[in-house]
Amino acid sequence: MAKSKTNTEDYLTMYRQMVRIRTFEDNANQLYLSAKMPGLTHMYSGEEAVAVGICEALKVTDKITSTHRGHGHCVAKGAEFKEMFCELLGKEEGYCRGKGGSMHIADQSNGNLGANAIVGGSMGIATGAAFSAKLLGKDDVTVCFFGDGATAQGLMYEVMNMAALWNLPVIYACENNGYSEYTRTDEIAAGSITARAEAFGIEAHQVDGQDVLAVNALTQKLVDRARKGEGPFFMELMTYRYHGHHVGDINREYYRSKDEEKDWKDNKDPIIRFRSWLVEEGIASEEDLDAMNAEIKQDAADAVEYALNAKYPDVSEVDMHVYTDIEHALARDTA
Amino acid sequence: MRNITLSQAVNEALAEEMRRDETVFIIGEDVAEAGTPFKVLSGLVEEFGTARVVDTPIAEPGFMGLAVGAAMTGSRPVVDLMFGDFIYLIMDQLCNQAAKTHYMSGGKLSVPLVLRTNLGATRRSAAQHSQSLHALVAHIPGLKVALPSSAYEAKGLMKTAIRDNNPVVIFEDKLMYNDKAPVPEEEYLIPFGEANIKREGTDITLIGTSSMVQVCEKAAEILAAEGISAEVIDPRTIVPLDEKTLIESAKKTSRVIVVDEGHQSFGITGEIAGRINEKAFYHLDAPVLRMGAMDVPVPFSPALEDITVPTPEAVVENARKLISGEMIHAA
Repeated sequence: MAKSKTNTEDYLTMYRQMVRIRTFEDNANQLYLSAKMPGLTHMYSGEEAVAVGICEALKVTDKITSTHRGHGHCVAKGAEFKEMFCELLGKEEGYCRGKGGSMHIADQSNGNLGANAIVGGSMGIATGAAFSAKLLGKDDVTVCFFGDGATAQGLMYEVMNMAALWNLPVIYACENNGYSEYTRTDEIAAGSITARAEAFGIEAHQVDGQDVLAVNALTQKLVDRARKGEGPFFMELMTYRYHGHHVGDINREYYRSKDEEKDWKDNKDPIIRFRSWLVEEGIASEEDLDAMNAEIKQDAADAVEYALNAKYPDVSEVDMHVYTDIEHALARDTA
Repeated sequence: MRNITLSQAVNEALAEEMRRDETVFIIGEDVAEAGTPFKVLSGLVEEFGTARVVDTPIAEPGFMGLAVGAAMTGSRPVVDLMFGDFIYLIMDQLCNQAAKTHYMSGGKLSVPLVLRTNLGATRRSAAQHSQSLHALVAHIPGLKVALPSSAYEAKGLMKTAIRDNNPVVIFEDKLMYNDKAPVPEEEYLIPFGEANIKREGTDITLIGTSSMVQVCEKAAEILAAEGISAEVIDPRTIVPLDEKTLIESAKKTSRVIVVDEGHQSFGITGEIAGRINEKAFYHLDAPVLRMGAMDVPVPFSPALEDITVPTPEAVVENARKLISGEMIHAA
């Protein structure tokens, strides 16, 4: 494999972004376990190669829609730890001023159109962003992230039909982590998932979602073609979530075994696999990568510390941002 | 001033705004060559083409969701929902997505979208094509809701809605599409949250929405012949609601009937009555009366359907009772 300097940088960026996601999630989990985080959160750990492989093939102006398991997409599309941890803790400096929290975290300035807590709820939005790009003559591509569970929602078929009819520049990225909440995917999905897209004449690919290079290579091809008007496309990314459905889903042996989890973590981990490849190919040394890991760990620790001490939004913000033009919604009828 | 139909007024508003702003587009079922079953959009596809007057499959949640995403990324969609009854199909996209995006993003994203649909019974269309469901969406923070009562309002409110940066739902009364009203040739907009006092009076206030404004005006005429002076007010938008004008009128006349074509229970009439009770209680000489549609699915048979909606005669009868004090003694 040829390794130009540019490629080397790209590889190291992909590694860094995957480690940043894993580190973010490890910290988020600790915040939950130590009762410092309000509410629950859905961990992306184990699926890093999907978000990173895809987002590294996108421009800043390209759009994504994310899900309740969205921290990984957020990091991969260019977000910073500080604003992310602030959002997770409901602080004013969070990306959504503390109004979204874990399930709606998004760095909007990097083309993230929001994380959606309705399973499959963003498929229309992603398709609409692609429609908009076409209408307005922009060359932006939109990637719609969703899980295997969302393939059971009718909305997906409605918008894939329209995207195919109108050749919209959208890529449907199905993160198949094997579980639809607490139920095995093979119990909720009949037939083939890619065949469903193919029924609309949409070119569909299944790819190893634990192989960041494979994901990235495929995405680059599809994004280039979508930009030229050859979309839409569908990707099924075979991956695995290390945690339960959310951080509170601890005792889960009734739906999956510890052996299965161990096998994925030991033998298919996207970061370990990519790290070995980087070292084998001489792109980076173990020491380089350890140093990078340590730096990321410190960044995250600093961001967590910052967020823990950051201000909550003032209570006067509770009825702000309901409308764009009415500063305080509760006064909307008396103004 | 010329008289044009409500249908033509909506068509003009859309055409003017689409000429002014090329990011505006129309999307929905049979909106292009068919111009909708009510022919409201006839001629628009000829001027603006199929890229901006977009016929969709019969997939309401799909095209509604698509419009939300388009609105978030620089376009200004006008979604055409063929019947107001279909709003149940799009509730997630409208109420969980469009309405909450601005808030959940801390003000960073916005959804400048118009959903135009209709309301109104007595068209012999039975329970799934006759409902007036504006209360459902008025309940959801983040949405604005307009209820034009004539061609004049239909045009002015539509133009305002298209320029608004929030999701706006406009309900047109489908029985009024062919009703004519004076509409100026020159451009005008009607601001949201400004009620229109259609007729001044001193003895009782009749607050009507959409086609119920006409019902209230007819009732006021009958009452006038009996020597009762009724004030008729059209809120024009229920979100935002011009509470001030309604409260001031209640204080002046001391008696109020609220007339709306949505189901009476848990609806617009109760909401407005509640606010008047809270803010004008000591000025009232009678309980504020709610007159909504009967709490039954809309029946098909004309013999049944006609008695489910408020009529001028029923408003007159209730007004007489309020003024004579019967309502108080009956309680």
